[in-house]
Formats: sequence, C-alpha cells, structure tokens
Amino acid sequence: MDNLAVFKNRWLALLMLLPTLVVLGVFLYYPALETLRLSLYRANFVFQTETFVGLSQFRQLLTDPSYYQSLLQTVIFCALVVALGLAFGLSLAILVNQPIRGAAVYRSLLLYPYALSPAIAGTLWLFMFNPEVGLVNNILRSLFGIAPRWLDNPILAFGLVTFAAVWKNLGYNLAFYIAALQNLPGELLEAAALDGATPWQRFRHVILPLLSPITFFLIFVNLTYAIFDTFSLVDILTAGGPTLGKTGITTFLIYRVYQDGFQNFQTGFAAAQAILMLAMVGAITALQFRAGRGINYGA
Amino acid sequence: MARRAVQTALIHLTLIVVVLLVGFPLLFALIKATQTGAAVNSANVIPSTHLWDNLVSAWNGAKLGLYIRNSFVVAVGITVLKVITSSLAAMVLVYFRIPAKSLLFTLILLTLMLPTDLLVVALFDLVNKLGWANTYQAVIVPFAASATGIFLLRQHFMNIPGSLLDAARIDGAGPFRFLLSVLVPLSWNTIGALTLIQFIYGWEQYLWPLIIIRDSSHQVIQVGLKSLIGQASGQTDWGMVMAGTLVAILPPVIMFTLLGRQFSKGFVLSESK
Repeated sequence: MDNLAVFKNRWLALLMLLPTLVVLGVFLYYPALETLRLSLYRANFVFQTETFVGLSQFRQLLTDPSYYQSLLQTVIFCALVVALGLAFGLSLAILVNQPIRGAAVYRSLLLYPYALSPAIAGTLWLFMFNPEVGLVNNILRSLFGIAPRWLDNPILAFGLVTFAAVWKNLGYNLAFYIAALQNLPGELLEAAALDGATPWQRFRHVILPLLSPITFFLIFVNLTYAIFDTFSLVDILTAGGPTLGKTGITTFLIYRVYQDGFQNFQTGFAAAQAILMLAMVGAITALQFRAGRGINYGA
Repeated sequence: MARRAVQTALIHLTLIVVVLLVGFPLLFALIKATQTGAAVNSANVIPSTHLWDNLVSAWNGAKLGLYIRNSFVVAVGITVLKVITSSLAAMVLVYFRIPAKSLLFTLILLTLMLPTDLLVVALFDLVNKLGWANTYQAVIVPFAASATGIFLLRQHFMNIPGSLLDAARIDGAGPFRFLLSVLVPLSWNTIGALTLIQFIYGWEQYLWPLIIIRDSSHQVIQVGLKSLIGQASGQTDWGMVMAGTLVAILPPVIMFTLLGRQFSKGFVLSESK
C-alpha cells in the first residue's frame, strides 16, 4: 500500500493536514475533554461559577427516577423507529421492485420524504394534527364528532412523534433496500424457485439472509437517527411534553441534555448526561464492530 | 393469465394507496400553501390561487428570505470547506511518506464517535469565549473538517492506479499539480457524493444553531420555522407556514436531483472497494 506514498515533504504534509487537525482538535476533541471536566463540576454559564463535586452529579443522575424514565422512553422510541422503519422500508422496497409498469415512478415518489429535514417533518405533522384547525381533527369531528388533543395526551403524542420519525426516514431505508434487492444474485432466487420454494420461503430463507448486511447497516443508521436527529422533530412537535409520571413523555435523553444545559442552566449536570450518552454511543459502536464480524457479506 | 392480471392490478392498487399515504403530508402542504383565510384551517383540499401571496408574506413578513439566505451561506460554507480539507488530508494519508500515519488516521476516524450534539455544552462555552456567538463562523467553522469525507476520499484515492502517479512524477508534477490535474478529475463521483451528503447535513443543522444563534439576522431556516409558526399556535397563518416549508424543502431536492446519480455511483465505487 505504501508504494503510493512517494511525496516526502513533511512540512507540506503537515500544512495540508493542519486545517483538519485544527478543526477536529479544537471543536471535537477539546470540547469532549471539557465536557468530561465539566461533568465533575457544578457549573453555571450564566453566573460563571464552578464548584468541584466529583462524581456526585453522576450519582444524582443514576438515582433519579425521571432520568430512568427518559432512558426507558428513549429505548422504546429507538426500538420502534428502527423496527417500524426497517419493516416498512423492506416491504415497500419489495413492492416497488415487482416487475410492473411504472415501477420507477412509484420508486421516485416514495423516495421524496428523504429530502425533508426532521424539522420540516415536525412542522407538517404539527399542522395536520393541530387539535383546532388541523386536517385530521377536522375530518374526525365531521365524521365521528371527536377531536383528540393529539399533543396533550401522552400516549397519542408519543405515537405521533414515533410515526412522524419513521415517516421521515422511510425514503432513506427504501433507497438502500431497493438498491440491495436489485443487486441480489438472480441465480440463487431462480434455483430456489426451481426447487419449488414458495414466495414466502424464498423471502424468509433466501432474500432475508442475503439482505442481512444492509439490514445490519440500516439498524445502526436508524439508531443514530432516532437518538440524535429526531431532536428537531421533537422540539417542534412536542417540546419534550406532555408530562407523564416523572417527566415529559417525549423528553428523550438528548432533549434532556438540551433542557438541563440551556433552559435550566445546569451546565455541569448536562455535561454529566452527555458523558453517559457518549459512553452509550461507544458501547453501541463496539457492539456494531463485534457483531459486524459475524455478518456474512457474501464475499 | 387472468390470475396474473389480477395480481398486477392489486400491486398497482397497493402502491397507489401507499404513495398517497406516504406522499400525503407533502401534497397537503402544497395544497394548503395555495389557500388563504378560513380555507386553510378547514378540511378543504381544493387548491386555490394564493400561493404567491403566501410566499411573499413568508419571504418578507416572516423573514423567510433572511433565513434561507443564512442557511445557504452556512450549508455552502460547510460543504466547500469540508471538501477542501478532506481532499488535502486524504491526499497526505495516501501519497505522503510521514511518520505515525495510521495513528493519525485512527485519531481522525475516532471523531465519528464524538457527535457534536453531545458536545454542545462545552462547545457553547468555547465559541462564546471566541466571541463568535451570533455569527456565521459559529455554525460553519466547527464543521469544516470531516472524518467521513477523509475516509471516502482516502478509499477512492487508494484505488486510483499507481501508474498514473508514476506518469505524473515523470512529467515533473508536484503534489498540488497531481492533486488538481489527476486526483480531482478522477474523483468527481466521490466528491459529488460528498457534496450532496454534506450540503444536506449543513442545511438540516438544528440543535447547534438553536443554541448559539440568538439573533434572527443569522438564524438558519430549520430553526426559523419555529418563528414562522409563532408562539400562539391559534394565531398561526398556516398557509404562509406551508409556503415557507416548501421553499425550505427545495434546495435539498434540487441538490438531490443534480447529484443523485453521482451519489449512487460514488457510493457503489466506495462499496466495491
């Protein structure tokens, strides 16, 4: 590999690497270390105060029932977004992959939600499910005489945020599954069909295993999306509410960091939460690497 | 034969229903953006003629024009800087003989495990101390380098035949000549894919601008949507808001249409090593 490395000017090399190293160092590594330090201090940006408190903020977090509630809500939300996202994505991909006229048109129409940002998805759903003037309640009111308070009822609000999140990411999952289906080796499917396998058997025992690398990849992409990128969707749709039990039903972990850091101004406490989340992200990545070795990439 | 026709018809029917369901929120936004007054707030889904009025009132009255301009500056700035810094870094990682190269690459890749969303608390402090609050550089510079970009370009560079390098060397080309007249022309698909990914990433920024930009003159559209909707949701001019969201969707859609093919090519190339 190193036979390509022919240029020897080290100063030039350093100069070319410098922009990357400075940006990554100053704006990622330094803040990461600073977050770690702040997690040990009871700090406040507004008053510029800092008191060393050791691990007590972690202790406070890990004994706080409302933190566990947020954690549980985040886990359920992520599981639903990943499971529903992949299930819908794959079923639709199989459907538009059928040899029918106009399949390309259906495909491109279904891909478009991908061009939307989560914030825009949130805005659209906020209007559609507005209790007074939204389309959904206008219809429900005239048909059944009911008008649910979608964003005030914890169960409805949680469901709404989940479905909006799944809908927004559908185009992405669909794009990858369509590409993967079109690259499946035709001989294997024909052989299975010749051997008399039913369509369901072909799907269950041939297609699904062949798709496992892409499914594996999509699980982690969707997981990252559910943990981080849905922040704006939640912020616009529910702002973390409505309250159920100890905290807001859509106050997921990342939303909590934002609330404690920038609304309650508990800087150190928010930093401690960020450190716990970094540890979780690290654990998920490690899991991905370990599990990735067991996946058959067909090579 | 008849069974086959019924099956095809069923597939079409299912697909039409699915397309309508999936596409409905967008279609709905498009229709509502053309309506005004009481029609917007009713179940009426017949398009009307007020699209232009709604656009104008969003663009001027609700500062949509300002937010869109800011988002352009930010997304283009991030994209251009990332492509440049990533190309330079990837070139060093492949074509220069330097010590501790693999350690360096590992350190770059490790930043993938440090999402900015989790560092906002410390980043807020840092950027404020730099005096960058409420400026463009606050939302551009922290994102000017990219581990993803370096990774993709490095993969691509390693697959460019070494004979081209030898030829360029014999012709007396230095590193920059080689980069500009050999590497870049051979990397359009990868650069195109990278441009698309990073533009959409830059355009969709939300949490960080929400925190660091407190004055609307530098705010980006994603956060600006909130001020379009307004605080008292009973008073929201939803026709205007829907017109605004349509405008905010356009740039990523245009980028996707322009670079979508590069994206799939660039992706396929990096997939097949």
